[in-house]
Parts: sequence; structure tokens; C-alpha cells
Amino acid sequence: MLEIEIDGNKIQMTAGGTIMEAAAQIGIYIPHFCYHKKLSIAANCRMCLVQVEKAAKPLPACATPITDGMKVFTKSDYAVKAQKGVMEFLLINHPLDCPICDQGGECSLQDLAVGYGGSSSRYQEAKRVVKEKDLGPLVATDMTRCIHCTRCVRFGQEIAGIMEMGQVGRGEHSEIMPFISKTIDSELSGNIIDLCPVGALTSKPFRYTARSWELSRRKSVSPHDGLGSNLIVQVKDSRVMRVLPLENEAVNECWLSDKDRFAYEGLNSEQRLSRPMLKQDGKWLEVDWQTALEYVANGLKQIREQHGADSIGALATSHQTVEELYLLQKLMRGLGTGNVDSRLAQADFRLDASLQGAPWLGMAVADISKLQRVLVIGSTLRNDHPLLAHRLRQAVKHGAQLNLVNPVDDDLLTKLANKAIVAPQAMVNTLAQIALALAEATQTELPAAIKAVLADVTVGAAARAIAASLTGAERRAVFLGNLAQHHPQYADLHSLAEVIARLAGANFGCLGESANSVGAYIAGAVPSKSGLKAGMNAAAMMATPRKAYLLLGAEPELDCNDPAAAMHALQSADMVVAMSAYKHSALEYADVLLPIAPFSETSGTFISTEGRVQSFNGTVKPLGETRPAWKVLRVLGTMLGVKGFDYDTSEAVRQDALGSNGLAAGVLNNSLSGPVLQSAAITDTLTRVGEVPMYQADAIVRRAASLHSTRAAALPNASMHSALLARLGLADGAMVTVRQGEARAVVRALADDHLPDHCVRLAAAHPLTATLGAMLGEVSVERA
Amino acid sequence: MVIKGGEVIFNTVHLPESWKLSTYVANGGYAALRKILSEKTSAETIIAEVKKSALRGRGGAGFPTGLKWSFMPRHFDGDKYLVCNSDEGEPGTFKDRDIMQLNPHALIEGMAIAAYTLGTRRGYNYIHGEIWETYERMEAAVEEAKAAGFLGDNICGTDFSFHLFNHHGYGAYICGEETALLESIEGKKGQPRFKPPFPASFGLYGKPTTINNTETFASIPYIIREGGQKFLELGKPNNGGTKLFSVSGHVNRPGNFEVPMGTPFAELLEMAGGIRDGHTFKACIPGGSSTPVLPAEIMMQCTMDYDSIAKAGSALGAGSVIIMDETVCMVKALERLSYFYFEESCGQCTPCREGTGWLYRVIHRIEHGQGRPEDLDLLSDVAHNIGGRTICGLGDAAAMPVQAMLKHYRHEFEHHIEHGKCMV
Amino acid sequence: MLSPDSIAQIDYEIAKYPVNQRQSAVMSALRIAQVEKGWLSTETMDFVADYLGMPAIAVYEVATFYNMYNTAPLGRHKITLCTNISCALMGAPEIAEHLKEKLGCGFGETSEDNRFTLKEGECMGACGDAPLCMINNHRMEGFLTPEKVDSILEELK
Ligand SMILES: Cc1cc2nc3c(=O)[nH]c(=O)nc-3n(C[C@H](O)[C@H](O)[C@H](O)COP(=O)(O)O)c2cc1C
Ligand code: SF4
Ligand code: FES
Repeated sequence: MLEIEIDGNKIQMTAGGTIMEAAAQIGIYIPHFCYHKKLSIAANCRMCLVQVEKAAKPLPACATPITDGMKVFTKSDYAVKAQKGVMEFLLINHPLDCPICDQGGECSLQDLAVGYGGSSSRYQEAKRVVKEKDLGPLVATDMTRCIHCTRCVRFGQEIAGIMEMGQVGRGEHSEIMPFISKTIDSELSGNIIDLCPVGALTSKPFRYTARSWELSRRKSVSPHDGLGSNLIVQVKDSRVMRVLPLENEAVNECWLSDKDRFAYEGLNSEQRLSRPMLKQDGKWLEVDWQTALEYVANGLKQIREQHGADSIGALATSHQTVEELYLLQKLMRGLGTGNVDSRLAQADFRLDASLQGAPWLGMAVADISKLQRVLVIGSTLRNDHPLLAHRLRQAVKHGAQLNLVNPVDDDLLTKLANKAIVAPQAMVNTLAQIALALAEATQTELPAAIKAVLADVTVGAAARAIAASLTGAERRAVFLGNLAQHHPQYADLHSLAEVIARLAGANFGCLGESANSVGAYIAGAVPSKSGLKAGMNAAAMMATPRKAYLLLGAEPELDCNDPAAAMHALQSADMVVAMSAYKHSALEYADVLLPIAPFSETSGTFISTEGRVQSFNGTVKPLGETRPAWKVLRVLGTMLGVKGFDYDTSEAVRQDALGSNGLAAGVLNNSLSGPVLQSAAITDTLTRVGEVPMYQADAIVRRAASLHSTRAAALPNASMHSALLARLGLADGAMVTVRQGEARAVVRALADDHLPDHCVRLAAAHPLTATLGAMLGEVSVERA
Repeated sequence: MVIKGGEVIFNTVHLPESWKLSTYVANGGYAALRKILSEKTSAETIIAEVKKSALRGRGGAGFPTGLKWSFMPRHFDGDKYLVCNSDEGEPGTFKDRDIMQLNPHALIEGMAIAAYTLGTRRGYNYIHGEIWETYERMEAAVEEAKAAGFLGDNICGTDFSFHLFNHHGYGAYICGEETALLESIEGKKGQPRFKPPFPASFGLYGKPTTINNTETFASIPYIIREGGQKFLELGKPNNGGTKLFSVSGHVNRPGNFEVPMGTPFAELLEMAGGIRDGHTFKACIPGGSSTPVLPAEIMMQCTMDYDSIAKAGSALGAGSVIIMDETVCMVKALERLSYFYFEESCGQCTPCREGTGWLYRVIHRIEHGQGRPEDLDLLSDVAHNIGGRTICGLGDAAAMPVQAMLKHYRHEFEHHIEHGKCMV
Repeated sequence: MLSPDSIAQIDYEIAKYPVNQRQSAVMSALRIAQVEKGWLSTETMDFVADYLGMPAIAVYEVATFYNMYNTAPLGRHKITLCTNISCALMGAPEIAEHLKEKLGCGFGETSEDNRFTLKEGECMGACGDAPLCMINNHRMEGFLTPEKVDSILEELK
């Protein structure tokens, strides 16, 4: 422990810290621009100069290590003179365009200039003018305002994992920019807006729409991926104008993925449904709530009377809140059926009988960056979990070995220790190999049931290397990604992953696909929760069509694993009730549309993939006649005569759903009562790799215009290995027809030799491919 | 250009093909390296010898070389590096070029001895971008030394190995600053690093690294061969050895002169043929463009060593003597120097990036007859706000000439402001 | 993209650095590429970035930081005249005037016949030979006089 004194305050600190950190600990603010606690120290802005006893020059607090007995003065005349000198330099070439600058009111330079700037400029020469750069649809630039702090550059190198911005040129003429005519494409790019201490980088979608002081700030929780990023939703006139990160070290730190940050545009989409609608004689009419709800209640009653309760099915997405999902399943079970599911993209439900609890991350998010050995199975990691990918990059930076079993070899912007890039139909076999190699390495006998299935498996070099990696070091984890969870052999993958984790002594986790995947299980919005009436799972409800469907937030044409089957089922139903914030394709197959509130217009709870229960309030008034879904379901329950729907508040619903003492032990559990393992054989059928594109993952982001102008939102192509293209007699770039049974779509074929053979990578959940079948189903491809 | 030989580095420059290995060896070259290798001289002994010699870094700062070497961690698992700073780009300096051109093996032997002493197996010689021919000469010399077994694995049949490579710069003065130079070798922009940590603990590729100037290394073989005491006695206490002085500007015979430390300036000026004919001596920048200018009267009293020049209010720097006669307008001279620092600022830290441009523009305005009375105070204030507040010494280098010019030649600036034109 | 000879030269440079430090060869790689192509186009820099496994923007940073890289097309010969203090004292301004007049273009410009690009240079570390200039980066000519300049221009035609 060293003791130092800052402005007369003594403080003890371990060696290695800096003056800036020491000062922060005792609440002394030292002005700064380039310093950022999450980035490397650049010490280039020089705003943090302080006086240190016995030092010949003022020293930058951010970079100067503390030494025992050091005496620091941050506000002495000497220090302030140095700081003012720097401020003067920063301002000489900075345009004084604060009145038209979007950073106005939240600008570090503006704030500090009040304290440290002179009242008039001694600089009489011409000011520097810098040409604008086009960084793409998300980040606007005013590079003349740049103060060269290089935070954005360091963010790319150190956090996003990809250096997209640089400081080009030299001296006063140097400019911060991307490579000639390149845009910024990182899925974390929006963070540079927050990092930029001046108005050089601002939000393009938000540009010129409001002044920061006109906005009210409301806390919220991201409704997108399973991380549950904490948000500050900024509101003006009952409209969400902007979303910023709410710092939470345990969850999103101070970052947001671009999806979390910019998806809010979807809240203000033209496609918002604002009044209930009924289809009568093939025509859609806007009606009042009473009419709509009566229609629904009567319809459901009739169908139950005629065909029995099991002829009704409910499909929800796990982007809905715990309260909503709880009431939905309560309604269904009250009607007498367990036909309710929220796992629309899942294909294989064989695990349902043996899964011990709600699948979850298996560990704390914050501990991911401390892992030393990791195996990720079936995940488009950067798309699906941008900030978990960042945590893993940090782990690798600290020496972790990251291993991957996946059909695609996208750049994770970090070093992979080992990878097995195999077609979907070979994934089970690959896991089997790893399990066998681990059993061998740890001299463990596998259970007879497993051994029997794995009898024909031969262990290859990649599997052996992954197994060897997983036995090293101490903190290990095995994760199943979204693609694994959508896999037609999910049960086998999960079973083997569990075996691998157990053999390796690793944490075993499922990366939660959506904001409330965990909450949906716990709320009972699955047909298999123990203690609740069982029913059909999502796939079964599609395969054997029901007479009536209740859709909660679901857009089955995009959300379901097999949209073709889903459409067939919905189109043949007698009644489809779509509760949605949007007028979507339900217009084609539904009978009633009920406008329900997105997360920003209702209170509710999400349970993140690490099991964090996060409740939030609405941030704006519901649009038009939109109502929170929990209220809609409450009324429906009552109208249908189901007991226990007399809730006053959403808190009361939550209380019912979750109890009041937090999650009970064992609720979160990835273990199986026994492995569900059928076969590790590899077929050579041509298989589709149908991932969900980053900006198609939920209803809101599907309608976020700016995100859809990014490169990541490009139209889906059918990519395949050039050997496969050749076998099929197709040219790279040709238009092709992709078929899955009856279903077909016409897309462009592209050669991609990073893909394994025997598979075609063609995104799911996209309007262009919504006519197709299962995400990872068999396909055929021919010239269009 | 005149080249005057001396005892230590330019001892063979009068010989034909002085740069050849054969010439070097015939004149006692590589004997020092052979000696320490065969006698397995301890690192302590060598460092003690270098300390005794009072050799001070020839790159400009004059830091005692023996002391610097003692900072290098002795027992360290992993790589350590040795780096030679041949990025001579300070206006007025041109000695390292001639060392590499005329006696490259003195540098190679000096580096090999240093590598042996410091336990480094890899070294880089960073050569100024604009002297391509010299780079080629160095490449050839390294090949020669490798072929003769003075570089590479198992040098002179011992288990000592040292691999030396030349790295060619491509035009950036700032890479002469040692940490910018390291960044540049790493394949980045040459932007200096904040210190601490110093290169001895975090240098090239983050590993312990010792950096010295070309002339510093080239002095080492003599010190080991002849002994530190003899080197010291060539010069004067605290200022050991001979030194190369690059004399340029208004003299009759500009060039490099190897003379003992402590040689009277007047003698050096004489060697350079004196002030060009028909003119009178006005001012001198004694150690390269960043050292403060001294009026002729003061300069004529100095001897050429660190202490004397420092006492006179300037610095010996790299021994780069720029002579100006009475035709020189100091405003114009300063305008050119300020432009240099403005142009060469790496752009990283605020005071230098913004301040050097400000200085230059104000001086440019004064030189072009648009000066204002308040400009001189402004200049000295801006210079003051740069000096000591930057990441590297370039900020100081930019500030010092301004302050010195205003100190000694303020009247010329005032004249410019008042009359809108020059007084000379 | 680059000739086998250039690639071989780049590989020679790469071998100077530790195995995982290919980026260290970027300055040489750009130099070699520039000698072959005359200047560094986006494609050339992209190629170098790929070849060395570094971000394209990092290559661009290097190419724009060091004075001797040409990031725009230029005349057949580049003449970089040092105008720094020692050269200035020894008549660089007069040489500059002479060059500008002969070539009909100023610093940073290319002669009409596209034969010469004239650049202002900073100290080249050879002030004893002042005034001096560099021709196409790799050849230095000192003790310039208007006559010597004329004969150099003649030779380069
Ligand atoms: C702006 C700047 C430029 C420098 N240029 C050079 C140079 O060209 N050559 C050199 O040897 N040292 C130069 N130095 C000094 C080096 O940083 C370093 O001190 C020197 O190489 C150490 O070697 P020495 O101890 O042998 O002198 C420069 C320093 C600064 C701040
Ligand atoms: S003082 Fe100048 S050259 Fe040195 S780091 Fe700062 S900006 Fe770069
Ligand atoms: S915050 Fe310390 S130099 Fe910028």
C-alpha cells in the first residue's frame, strides 16, 4: 500500500495506480478528455495536468503512476495555469458552433471551457477546417470539432476488436478517419458516439431532432438479446428520441451494441398498430377495444366448446415480459390447455422431459472476461451476443483460449485457439469426438448409454486439440449458442455439451437468445414446465394445426424455425388473434389485431441470460390506443371467466409469477436428468445454415430504419463452398432457387470457401427467406 | 564537405575504402569484441569501463551511457532488444550519416559489445529515411560482418549470438525520439510513448530495450580497446572523449570534425574555414535546431563540451553547429525553424499539435510585415505553454528556439513589427 | 498485385523481425510497393495490409505519417528540396526559385509535362552538403547550384 496526498486528502492505494484513479477514489475530479477508464492510457490531451511536489513539470494525472509519499495538487495556481494553457490550445482550432452542435449540453469541452477557457481568444489566425467523413448510417461526423483524443481509435482496437478508425496524417493536419471510403461496420460502433467528448461523432439517426436538455431520461432494460443491457431511454413529447447505455459493470459495463442503441427507431415506425382491428368479410376495420376483445373472447369460447381446449394454441416470443408471458400461459391453462410456447425458433424439443430447469448462462456475465478456457458451440456470436463476444475478446486478451465448433467461420475479431468448422449435420459428431477425447484425457469412463451411441466415432485432430485446451487452466466454460439451440439435433448437442462440460470441469451455459428467454421458462410460457399442465410445443402446434392461435408479439413468418409450416398452420386456422405492436403479415392470416405496448410503453420484467431479474417502467405513453399486453390479457382472462385475473398492477402479476424472494435455487438449471442422445452419424444431405440476421431478431429491430441501412442488414445470399457450387453446376453470383420441400425462395448464390461442404448458408428470419422451411433443414439448390 | 579525422571514430576516414571490413580489421577493428569474448569479460566490468570513460549519449540529451546500460534488467526471461538511433534529422546534424558511410563497422562492433554486455540477442539500427545510400552501405556492412562471424550465431566461435538488422525510416523527424522510433520499428506511426515506463523496462515489442545514438555506439570499441581512462582523457572530466561536430551554415568549409571535448569553439570554427569570406559572425546554434541560439560574442567564449555550452545558456545537443553571419534575419530564421516543428509535430498531444502551428503562424505574420505589438508576449506565452507539457521533447524543442531568439534578438522582432520589414 | 521480385524483397524485410511481428515490415513493404508502382493507391495499401495481416487503416496511418510515401499519383520524378535552416543559409531559396521557374510549378505540384513533381523537404541529415535535394527518395544531390540543377534535370529527362 502506498500513501499519497491529493489536495490535502490522504489516500492509500496499491502500487500501479495512477493519480487519476486515486483522485477518482476520493471524489476529486481532474479535468480530462482522452482518459477513459475502459481504454488504454494515451495521455495525449494533456487536460489532466496537475502539480506534483518536486516534479519539474506539470504531470498528466491519467498516466502518472503514484509513488509513496507523493503530494499532488490538482487545483493549485500552477496546475490550473497548465490546464488553462491546454484548454486554450484545444479551443484555437475548435469551431465555436455550439449552438448548432448536437453535443451541446453534454459536451465535455463545452463544460470544461466554462471553467478553464478564456473569455476571448488570443488566437487570431485562420482555423483548421476538416473534411467530413462518411462513417455509414449510424454515426454522423463533424470532424472539424475533433480534438484528437483518439478515444474512438482506441475503442476500435481495444474493445470492438477491429481497428476501423485511425489518426491519419501528422501534426496539426492529422485527421481521425476510417480507411479511404470505408465505413464503420462494427456491431458496437455506436459507442464511439458516447466516447467522443466533443461533437465530432454524434448519432446520425438522432441528428438535429432535439437538444439534449429537452430530453427526459428514463431507465429501462433492453428488450433485444439475452444480456439485458441497461438503458437510458431519452424521451421528448412522448416519443423515444434516443437510447444510451446506463452504466452497469455487471451487465453491459458502459457499452451498448448498435442493436440496443439504435433499434428504438422501430418504436416510432410507420408500421405501428395503434388501434384494434378486426377482419370482416375479408376487410380490415378499425374497431374499439371492447368490440375486439368481445370478438376474441367469443371466438375462443366457441372453438373450445366445439373442438376442445387443446384445439387452441398460444405462441409468444421471449422478447415479451415475464408478466405478459405469465398471464398468457395462465390464460391458456385456465382455458384447459398447456399449448403455449415461446421457443419459436427451436426445432428439437426432445429435451423437454429431462431438462431440470430454465436454460441459462450458467454463470455471471461479468465473469466471462475472466474465463481461461472456452468452448462455444453453434453461435454467430458477434451477431447474436455482441457484448458477450466483447467479454470473450477481453478474456482472450488476458490469455484465455477460445475454441469453436460451428458451421461458419466468421471473424470473431479475436484469436481462436482451435476451431472445428463443420456442417450442421456433423456438429453432433464433432461434440462426440471432443467428449471422447476428454474422456480419454481425463481417464473417465463414459456412461454406457453414451458410449453405445458414440461407438463409431473416431476422434480427429481438431477435437483432440479442443479437448486438450479444455483441460488446461482453471476457469472454463462451454456455451451453446443460438444456432445450436435451433438445431434439429439440439437434444444431442445439449447432452454432449453437458458431458463435455462435466468432463472438463467447466461451467455449462446456454447463451440466451432473447431478452427474456429465461423469464419465459420461469413464467411457464413453455408446455413442459413441471407442475404445470403440459401441452404441445411450438413445432407440434405447427405440425398438427390448431383451430385457434393466440400470438403474443410473435411474427411466425419470421420468428418460427419453420416459417412454411407455421404459415400453413395459421392459414388453416379458424381464428388467429395477433397481439402485436405492429401491423405485420398477420394482416394476411389473422382475424384480430390487438395493439400491445412494446417495452418502452409498459412496465414489466425481463430475466437475462445470467438470471438477472430486471424490472422496468414504461418510458412513454402507449401510442394511440395501444395497451400493455398484461392489461389486455387480464381483461381477456376475466371475459373468459378464468379465475385469478384480478390484478391491479404489473407488480402484482410479477409477484405471482416470480414470488417475492428472487429466483428460487435450482430454477436456473441446464442439466438433464439423463442424456438424450440418439445418433452421432453424419449425413451428407445438403443442409441449410439459417441464422437469424442481427437486425431481424425481433419485431422492433426489424423496423429500425437506420440499422437496416448498414452492411450487416444486406440481403441474404445463399453462400456455399465453391466445390459445392461446382458440383451443382452454379456460377458464383448466379440467381438460384433454394427449395425446402414445397417451400422455395430465389436468392443469389455466392462462393465462400470458409464454409464447410454440404451446407448452404442462407439467413432465416428475413422477408426474402420467410417462404422457406426449417432454419437448419435439408435444402436443394438449382439455377433460377 | 570536409571530414576531419580524429582518434576514436574517424580514425580511418583518410584510408581508401575506409568502410570495408578489411580496412577496419587492419586498423584494430573487432579486437575489442574478440577480447571480451575470449576473456569472457563480465558485464559489470564493461559497464564500469564505460562509466569511467564519461561517455555521454551523443543523441542530444547527453545522458551518461554507462548509467543507462546499468538500467537494463540483467536477469530477464525472454527477449531484450538493443536499438541504435541513426534517425538523425535534427536540422544541422549530419554526423551519424558519415559514421555509417565511412566507418560502419565501428557501429556494428559497438553494438555487438553492447549486446554482449546487456544480454540482448537482437538489435535494430533505425536509419533516417532520406539517406538511402547510407542504408545500403549499412546493409552491405552487416552482410560483411555476418560473413566474417562478427554477427549472427556463435560470434567468434563462442556461444554469444547477436543478430543485427537495419530498419529504414521514411521521413519523420519525430522518429529520432526514442519511443517514437520504437513504435516505428513496430510498424506504426512514429508517435512517442508516455514515459514512464522507460524503454529499459518496456521497450521494443514491450520488452526491455536499450537505445543509443550511432556515435555513442561507435565510440564503444575504442573505450573497450584502449580503456575508459584513455577515452576520458581525450576530453575533460564529465565530458569524456572526442566528439563529432557537424558544422554547417555560413562557414567556408562546412563538414564533420572529430575533436576532443573541450576544444575551444574558435578552433572548431577555424577548422571549418572560418566565417565565409567577407562576412562577420553573428550567431550560432550550437547543438542542432532545438538548442537555443547564442550570439557570436558569447559563442566565441565557449569550449565545445556539454558543460561550457550549458553554462552559456544553450546545449551541446548533438554537436550540430549552425553558423549564421550578419546577413541573417533572425525573424526569418526563426520562421523557418518554427515551420519545421509545426511540420514535424506528430500530432498526438495537444500543446505541440496546436501550439506549434500557432507559433509558426504568428512568426510568419511578423516576418511578412503583419506583426502586432502584443505578438511577442503572446509568442513567449504560447512557447511557455508548450514547453514541459508535452509527451515528448519535441514540444520543448519547438519552444526553446522561440524563447532564445526573443531573448537575444528581440529588437529584430520589434523592428519587424514596427516597420513591417527586416532590419538586416 | 505486386511483382514476385517486390514480394521477395518484402519477405526479406519480414524476416528481419520476430515471427509474430510482420507489421514491423510495413514501412519497407510500402517503400518497395511504391518503388514498383510509383505511388500508393488504396488497392496497394489494401494489399500490403492483407499481406502483413494488419488493419488497412493502420497501413494508411503509416503511409500518411511518413513524408516520403506518395499517397497520390505524381510526376515521373520527384524532387524534394531541403529548405531547412542550414540549406536555407546556403541558398536553398534561390535553388527553389530556380526549380520553380524551370519546372513551371510550385512546391507540392507537378510540372505540366508530368515529368517532375516538386516537393519541399525537411532536414535530410546531410547539411554539410547544403543546399541539397533528394531525387525519387533514394538519391541525394548536394552542393546545388542553378547549373547543377540544370544538368540534373537534363539527365532525368
Ligand atoms: C524530438 C526529438 C528528436 C530526437 N532526435 C534524435 C536523433 O535524431 N538521433 C538521436 O540519436 N537521438 C535523438 N533524440 C534523442 C533520443 O530520444 C534519445 O535520447 C537518444 O537516442 C539516446 O541515445 P544516447 O543516449 O546515445 O544519446 C531525439 C529526441 C527528441 C525529443
Ligand atoms: S510533443 Fe509533439 S511530437 Fe511529441 S508526442 Fe506530443 S505531439 Fe507528438
Ligand atoms: S486525460 Fe490525461 S492527458 Fe488526456
